[in-house]
Amino acid sequence: MLLKRLTMANGVSGNEDEVRNIIIEEIREHVDEIKTDRLGNVIAIKKGKEGFPRVMLAAHMDEVGMIVRSIDDGGFIRFSLVGGIDERILVSKQVLIGKDRIHGVIGAKAIHLQDKNERNTPLKIKQLYIDIGAKSKEEAEKLVKKGDYVAFDSEFIEFGGNLIKAKALDDRAGCGVLIDLLKEEYDVEIYGVFTVQEEIGLRGAKVAAYNADPSFAIVFEGTLCSDISEVPEHSHITKLGKGPALSLMDSYTIFSKKLNQCIHETAVENNIKIQYRQPSPGGNDAGEIHLTKEGIPCAALSVPCRYIHSPSSIMSLEDFEGCKKTAKLFLKGIKKGEYVCE
Amino acid sequence: MNKINAELLKKLLMTFGPSGNEEKIRKVIKEEIQEFADEIKVDALGNLIAIKKGKGKRIMVASHMDEIGIMVTNVDDDGFLRFTNIGGVSPFMSLGQKVIFDDETIGVIGMEKLDDIKDLKLNKMFIDVGLPSKEEVIKKINVGDVASFYSPFIYQNECIISKTLDDRIGCFVAIEALKKLKDTPNEIYFVFTVQEEVGLRGAKTAAYGINPDLGIAIDVTLTGDTPKAEVMDVGLGKGAAIKVKDRSIIVSPKVKDLITEVAVDNEIPFQYEILDAGGTDSGAIHLSRSGIPSGVISIPCRYVHSPSEMVYISDVINSIKLLIKVLEKEKINI
Amino acid sequence: MLKKFIREMVETPGLSGYECEISNVIEEYFKPYSDDIVKDKLGNLIILKKGNTGDRKKIFLAAHMDEIGLMVKQIDEKGFIKFTNVGGIDQRTLLAQEVIVHGKVDLFGVIGNKPPHILSEEEKKKTVKMEDMLIDVGLHKEEVKEIVSVGDIISIRRKMIDLQGDRISSKALDDKAGVAVMYECIKELNKMNHDCDVYAVATVQEEVGLRGAITSTYNIFPDIGIAIDVGFASTPELTNDDLSELGKGPAMGFGANIHPKVYEGLTQIAKEYNLPYQEEIHPGETGTDAWAIQVTQSGVAAGLISIPLRYMHTSVEVVDLNDIKNAGKILANFIVSLNLVDLEEMLCY
Repeated sequence: MLLKRLTMANGVSGNEDEVRNIIIEEIREHVDEIKTDRLGNVIAIKKGKEGFPRVMLAAHMDEVGMIVRSIDDGGFIRFSLVGGIDERILVSKQVLIGKDRIHGVIGAKAIHLQDKNERNTPLKIKQLYIDIGAKSKEEAEKLVKKGDYVAFDSEFIEFGGNLIKAKALDDRAGCGVLIDLLKEEYDVEIYGVFTVQEEIGLRGAKVAAYNADPSFAIVFEGTLCSDISEVPEHSHITKLGKGPALSLMDSYTIFSKKLNQCIHETAVENNIKIQYRQPSPGGNDAGEIHLTKEGIPCAALSVPCRYIHSPSSIMSLEDFEGCKKTAKLFLKGIKKGEYVCE
Repeated sequence: MNKINAELLKKLLMTFGPSGNEEKIRKVIKEEIQEFADEIKVDALGNLIAIKKGKGKRIMVASHMDEIGIMVTNVDDDGFLRFTNIGGVSPFMSLGQKVIFDDETIGVIGMEKLDDIKDLKLNKMFIDVGLPSKEEVIKKINVGDVASFYSPFIYQNECIISKTLDDRIGCFVAIEALKKLKDTPNEIYFVFTVQEEVGLRGAKTAAYGINPDLGIAIDVTLTGDTPKAEVMDVGLGKGAAIKVKDRSIIVSPKVKDLITEVAVDNEIPFQYEILDAGGTDSGAIHLSRSGIPSGVISIPCRYVHSPSEMVYISDVINSIKLLIKVLEKEKINI
Repeated sequence: MLKKFIREMVETPGLSGYECEISNVIEEYFKPYSDDIVKDKLGNLIILKKGNTGDRKKIFLAAHMDEIGLMVKQIDEKGFIKFTNVGGIDQRTLLAQEVIVHGKVDLFGVIGNKPPHILSEEEKKKTVKMEDMLIDVGLHKEEVKEIVSVGDIISIRRKMIDLQGDRISSKALDDKAGVAVMYECIKELNKMNHDCDVYAVATVQEEVGLRGAITSTYNIFPDIGIAIDVGFASTPELTNDDLSELGKGPAMGFGANIHPKVYEGLTQIAKEYNLPYQEEIHPGETGTDAWAIQVTQSGVAAGLISIPLRYMHTSVEVVDLNDIKNAGKILANFIVSLNLVDLEEMLCY
């Protein structure tokens, strides 16, 4: 399964090689042109017919993770976070370090040895380290070096009612959608972009959009979904299993009303479940794309994912399929002359 | 006696236009300026651009037509609306206020029971439109709908009190300048920008498209002339404010000196403005492409981002005069 | 010569947004070693050293010439000056500092405070906030108002001193140390053959948001852009074992902001020529001009070299001149090494 390969690949922001390679291999035969830019974004072009608009489609390849800062005399590895991770989820996890995927664990002092206060105080990043089982600094340095990227080690599991659990669903879910979209034929020209460094500030999208000059853009995301018991309904953001979510507004973008309306109609007409993402903080590549040059109208169609930015995110395969289908039908439904810039 | 076109100002202030929803205010401004501009266009983000042709420097004048507001995030079973902010909305300023939606439905803002008022946050607050159930409410209002604050226009003594003086007063200054500007040696792009309140977004794309030689934003600024206010040398009635710096820009000394010189030469009262918080469209304009020298003429305004903002008429008139004289200046050298 | 250049730079005011004076100083020193020098619309000083061939590969170096400082906010009824900051000033470093207020003429002043004798125990424990501080220029209100107006800039008055060895201390070594690296590099290049055109840019307004780098990189749109800034050097209170050390060579930045091949190229050159270097890991934002350079137009391969520096953003910053010299040598040799390289191929992922 493609989604499994995508989520099992490691691609912490700044080190997207593994993901990039899978994507290029998958789409190569289906696109007219493919290139990698100076930041590492993959740009794939599918030519369209005359009189039809050019559409930019984007999904980000990178994921949150860690980076090695130093190795101490005992061979333990100190690290920093890359992207937004809740420090409290780190303890008691398995990780993979560097190109050779060296196994490591983030442990903690045994509960027996903690005083009462400690048990109620979350561990700070400075107190944590990765143990690869090395006996000394010298032994560790043979396997790991300063600057190596560290990803969560997390299996891809299908479970529950048509659900999957994996790491990095934000945004391999979007990558999965975009790869599938590129395998179809359209009248519109497709400027497909798999971006880097979204998690550290929408960096890749900013440069990828610069030469795209599309009529509009659609971003595909794995987005926040907090429809769990203790969260009040007005903070759910999205709901699992209720279809892909269209963004209205987030910290970086007010999305195109016209695109939202057309995409929403497409889903409803075809009996595909669709929902609006509650306006809330957060952001995606559209934040940079829509402000490129003279402005690019943007929509974001996302697959709801519970527990994103953790090793165990959950997504509904039905929402994932719904996202693909809606986008596909919308793109195929664009008629000659529609959305074309003067 | 100070006189302004109060009827136009009222119309500008009372027209709906939270960031991203500038359709109505754009229409009002467009109709107002149509006969005075040589060319009018609207760009991809919705900025309204009116061009006054000329041979000299290309100057972009930016005043933002969007206003702060709220967006609905949820409708609960009893018909109460939860909401989030569009731009800088303070929960404390919002409490007890009324909001108005695009369809003119009016709602009041209430809050959950709190043990300590210091815990007040927007997500503890809701809008009540006086309908008994979700079914009734969603016939009119849904998730994603936006509203602006609702408060009357007051013209009292020598001042204006209203919502949305930020930055419809800037739009007013620009419109009046456009109308009064006869022949200009320069080519002027009057841009009524969108989405300033959410991050200077409209000005960014407009500046890229226009690529002017000089940018001038017209916006409101805070004052330091109220009891126990933060130290700031700007006060109502002391003239147009010439910006030195804010969070988004350090105005190039050359542009600051240019505007100052025009004010001094024409005996227009002015004051220098240093704003420690906040920014304005010039922040985006001056970083466009290879850099665009930019400045700001500010209208001093008390209680910014409240439903009761206040400006002095004399400051507005002086700002219009100053803007016209800058735009009329020949041989601008930056 | 190097020390003289640095001394002249740090003792010339160059507040963010007001870099005209400092840029003139820098221009004079670079003139003999460059082909062309221009100032752009925001005030960036662009120094061009042309390469041998006409193939127009562009290498961009950026070190910011602006420094943090203060600005007049208000003159009170007694003639004391209230002020605000330009850039990230630690308010705790301001008390009892000597300043120059740049009004119609330069005025000497002191940032005053209440004497300890009249402070309550509570007050002694608290930091004095910038908004409660005053500058005393020793003149009557009317005289002050004649000379000073709101918006005038204020710089800290500080002479550079020599410490032991090759270490110096001053204000504004952030980032005059970086400008000095570019100077060393361009001087070296005058003795060497290089094909790439080198644009050494003394950028403006870095301290208030990398603003000069944004526009100057857009203007030039280079193939490779390397920022030279200062980095935190370890001191007794900073026990983290991953900080650079003074005198052990410039620190080569690594992380998402930096193109891996640029990092590799720089470190290899250092090894090849036996020049000391250290490594600095950046998990995300580097807070330097490199952050702006990288995302310009359709993307620029960025690099980052940091000169280890103690006590950043105080008026007693400390650097080691050897780090500056070595950084200049590494950079120059890196640029020469690109003669034999197809940049497209090198920078490809």
